Amino acid sequence: MRVAMDVPPYQLSGVVYGALLNHQTAWLRLGDSVDQPPYNGAPRAPVLYMKPRNTLIGCGEAVPVPYGTAELEVGACLGLVVGRSACRLREESALEYLAGYLIVNDVSIPHQPYYRPSIRFKARDGFCPIGPRVVPRTAVADPDDLNIRVLIDGELKQQALTSQLLRPVRRLLADVTEFMTLAPGDILAVGVAAPAPLVRAGQRVCIEIEGLGRLENHFVQAAA
Amino acid sequence: MKTARVACTGAIHAAQPQQLPDGRAGVLLTDGRTFAEDAVVWLPPVEARTIIALGLNYAERAKELAFSAQDEPLVFLKGPGTLLGHRGVTRRPAGVKFMHYECELAVVIGQTARGVTRTAALEHVAGYCIANDYAIRDYLENWYRPNFRVKNRDGATVLGPWLVDASDIPDPGNLELRTYVNGKLTQQGNTRGMIADVPRLIEYLSSFMTLSAGDVILTGTPEGVTNVEIGDEVACEIAGLGRLYNTIVGDSLYGR
Repeated sequence: MRVAMDVPPYQLSGVVYGALLNHQTAWLRLGDSVDQPPYNGAPRAPVLYMKPRNTLIGCGEAVPVPYGTAELEVGACLGLVVGRSACRLREESALEYLAGYLIVNDVSIPHQPYYRPSIRFKARDGFCPIGPRVVPRTAVADPDDLNIRVLIDGELKQQALTSQLLRPVRRLLADVTEFMTLAPGDILAVGVAAPAPLVRAGQRVCIEIEGLGRLENHFVQAAA
Repeated sequence: MKTARVACTGAIHAAQPQQLPDGRAGVLLTDGRTFAEDAVVWLPPVEARTIIALGLNYAERAKELAFSAQDEPLVFLKGPGTLLGHRGVTRRPAGVKFMHYECELAVVIGQTARGVTRTAALEHVAGYCIANDYAIRDYLENWYRPNFRVKNRDGATVLGPWLVDASDIPDPGNLELRTYVNGKLTQQGNTRGMIADVPRLIEYLSSFMTLSAGDVILTGTPEGVTNVEIGDEVACEIAGLGRLYNTIVGDSLYGR
């Protein structure tokens, strides 16, 4: 995994957390099912997950499409890169704890339930391209006002706005660090939009976020 | 061999168990110095990479929670901020009603494992330690269970005291586990009771993700978890791995 981290003295820790259902489009898609079993009501705390180290690859590297899986979901997302040990942050000063931002592609095998999904949908080797580099915090005027575009083989497949986050960046940082400390170099992906574009082996995915560059990866068929 | 990571005299050291001349339990640093075991700060014995945990991996415990048969092991991931060493303290937030320990066998991967069969699985293990993986059930929500506020709390996954070499534990599938709260036995089980045993877990996980040296698998807890209160001393014991101590403390220590 090669991701240039151009804000010394920081380096990525290899720890990647993500928030789910934090984009309005993802949340609205659930509709009435939120109040029905097995959920029985909206979540109170941020819904979090992890992308383990084996999933991490850089810009330009190949994402393996598992044998027997036709399509994968592209989870285009803003990633926050923590710069200082962050515990119990206040919204007003939360951004000061960031080193910067990068693009995260939370790749998943399509799956339905949010109740207790198997990690084999999200934790496979190569399922989390990140990059192309960490852009310093000071270079982004407002992380809650960024346009995200997903192109597959050059064709625009998704546009999303970080202004549609249910927990905006500062609030998300405050709520997450209420019970877990984020360490320098940790990444927190702030939430993907829905519906996620689908990609097949042989295609190229390019994710653009204003000011953060382009994260490009090709998808290849894995052996049986 | 048993190896700990301890902090003392301004540095972090590898340490082995050593009885002191006065009979007390102590540690021997690689540089030859010895210290009483309460004179050092115990760190988690490995600098863990990916931390993989199992839910409901003991048949009796699954029954306790009224869970039916599983298609595949129930796996979740944890971040490194959850880890805590032997003799550390874990916070019980004010107002919670049910916080419980979970004594678990922790498996430390020693070499890269990808598509490993169960017969070859144990060759990829560096060693074992004890884990006490606390949960606060008040915070349980039905989204991506077990949700992070229950299971990914700072300092709520105690690991140690030692990393015990795999060669010293020929059969991880037959180890007695016990938990004592303030000296009273509250949980008892045997790793025989695992639904997916250690070789099966390595086979399953490595079928879709590459396991690397330093990855840790927490293999689940048997029945018998009970609530713990501020001031309680919790000791988790696994045959051949030692005894892992932890104390429950309140918010005030954390300025809350």
